[in-house]
Amino acid sequence: MNRKIADIPNARPDYAIIAEWIRPRSRVLDLGCGDGALMRYLAERKQTTGYGLELDDKYLPQCIRNGINVIQTDLDQGLAEFDDDSFDYVLLSLTLQAMHFPARLLDEMLRVGSRGIVTFPNFGHWRARLQLGVFGKMPISRTLPHQWYDTPNIHLCTLRDFEALCRDRNIDILERRAVDHTHRTSLGLRLWPNLLGEIALYQFTRKVISRR
Amino acid sequence: MAREFPSDSVGLVQPRTVHFDQPLELSSGETLAGYDIVFETYGELNSARSNAVLICHALSGSHHAAGYHDADETKPGWWDNMVGPGKVIDTDRFHVVSCNNIGGCHGSTGPATINPETGIPYGPDFPIVTVPDWVQSQARLADTLNIGQWAAVIGGSLGGMQAMQWAIDFPDRLRHAVLIAAAPKLTAQNIAFNEVARQAICSDPDFHGGRYYENDSEPWRGLRLARMLGHITYLSDDLMSEKFGRDLREGRINFDYGVEFQVESYLRYQADSFAGSFDANTYLLMTKALDYFDPAAKAGGVLSSALKGVNADFMVISFTSDWRFAPYRSREIVRALHDNDLNVSYAEVESHQGHDAFLLKIPQYLDVFTAYMDRVAAGC
Repeated sequence: MNRKIADIPNARPDYAIIAEWIRPRSRVLDLGCGDGALMRYLAERKQTTGYGLELDDKYLPQCIRNGINVIQTDLDQGLAEFDDDSFDYVLLSLTLQAMHFPARLLDEMLRVGSRGIVTFPNFGHWRARLQLGVFGKMPISRTLPHQWYDTPNIHLCTLRDFEALCRDRNIDILERRAVDHTHRTSLGLRLWPNLLGEIALYQFTRKVISRR
Repeated sequence: MAREFPSDSVGLVQPRTVHFDQPLELSSGETLAGYDIVFETYGELNSARSNAVLICHALSGSHHAAGYHDADETKPGWWDNMVGPGKVIDTDRFHVVSCNNIGGCHGSTGPATINPETGIPYGPDFPIVTVPDWVQSQARLADTLNIGQWAAVIGGSLGGMQAMQWAIDFPDRLRHAVLIAAAPKLTAQNIAFNEVARQAICSDPDFHGGRYYENDSEPWRGLRLARMLGHITYLSDDLMSEKFGRDLREGRINFDYGVEFQVESYLRYQADSFAGSFDANTYLLMTKALDYFDPAAKAGGVLSSALKGVNADFMVISFTSDWRFAPYRSREIVRALHDNDLNVSYAEVESHQGHDAFLLKIPQYLDVFTAYMDRVAAGC
């Protein structure tokens, strides 16, 4: 099964945003790493090390050819095989919405890593709202190309929904970026991210709760 | 008459034997004064001597991994599916070395060899050798061949255990280790199967306490039983159902104890062909080497501690239907490797062929293995 919501042909710009957020020589775990292109990009640009996790057979040889470490794993089984604080960053690129237990996975990300980075398709984008609100139909778009009855995307959310979940789970959002399908940003996207953003990118960490 | 071999075969191969005079200190505390190792090589060693690959064999394997010994040989070497020009372990790119482990019965010194001290075969006096002992002896072979560092050490099952041991014992003498259908140690169930196999051999009246060579007999019945049992554990329930189901040889049941079901006939055939070409004392010894393998034991039972100091990059492959060394056993290895921040890739290949899948041409297995060998070749 193809886990990715779409094989977006022009995926490089979101790699650049992620790379911007990552400190050189960090240890990175990429959940649902696909063909390993992002891991390779980060290794080349930022000298990162680490592992990609991927379930889909077809991506494994590609990951190996991309020179990354890939471990065939079902993310819905959790990250139990990784110790606490093993990574500087745990990445989840366009995969959150396909997970059975997204909230649990966010907690797991911040258990094994000190920072998390997720990207997901924004269900609050105006075109989605138009299709559902005006035409009364489940949205179909470039970033969400599947019919409702045949989609890996079982947990769709908007930027606001994601931020509410973070508040609930004591997750501190450090960075937010909303981009269009070409992964570019603009003034409009900065002003109305939940309306104009097609893809959301977040960097977050565990909120430090004062014991006193 | 010259025989045409397939174009992706290494063709005719000639085993070679090296004698070692330097005594080998064994894990048991015993010493093997001198010994022979028989081996084969395929493909050319490059001028930098950087493209050598060692293949380690499993319980019933030998040095004969690929090609044919003579034009009349019907079956090629045991891993001919993988080793040859243009194959996964590409002999156009790699210089492949494959040896028979000591204690074996295909030419290297083993229980059937004449003990120079007594003038009769070692038999039960042949010391029990372990995976680390094999690795030591293989390292001496590498010295003899003037191979300072393997591009990769590769093995399936017990062979994978040797590859792992190599990475632990000689961290700078290999760049890659490929572990296929392996485990970091045997479970009680694994040991139990081995013990039944050993009991089958030892309780055969023709065994004579392992001195059957002088008695001009062979514990043929015991060895057959051991192989039958082993063979069942190498296959999966699914595969046996698919291959044999409840098919009857004569189309009806006869209400007697002859061969009725196809699966019985298959097992007997496998047992006969194996017992005709394998030594019972070697079988005993190989199963012990499996039982004793436990690199974590020296590190307080913690595998990741045992792997401290390892430098090699790893490829670990398991098969979904392998219940002898199930995927979770491979994942134990993978976890210990990434605990040490080592480079490791892991593939869990969907297959219904059980443990024996590592010998077979399964497309996903070939794809992953080939991709990794490309990486190995790129570093040569």
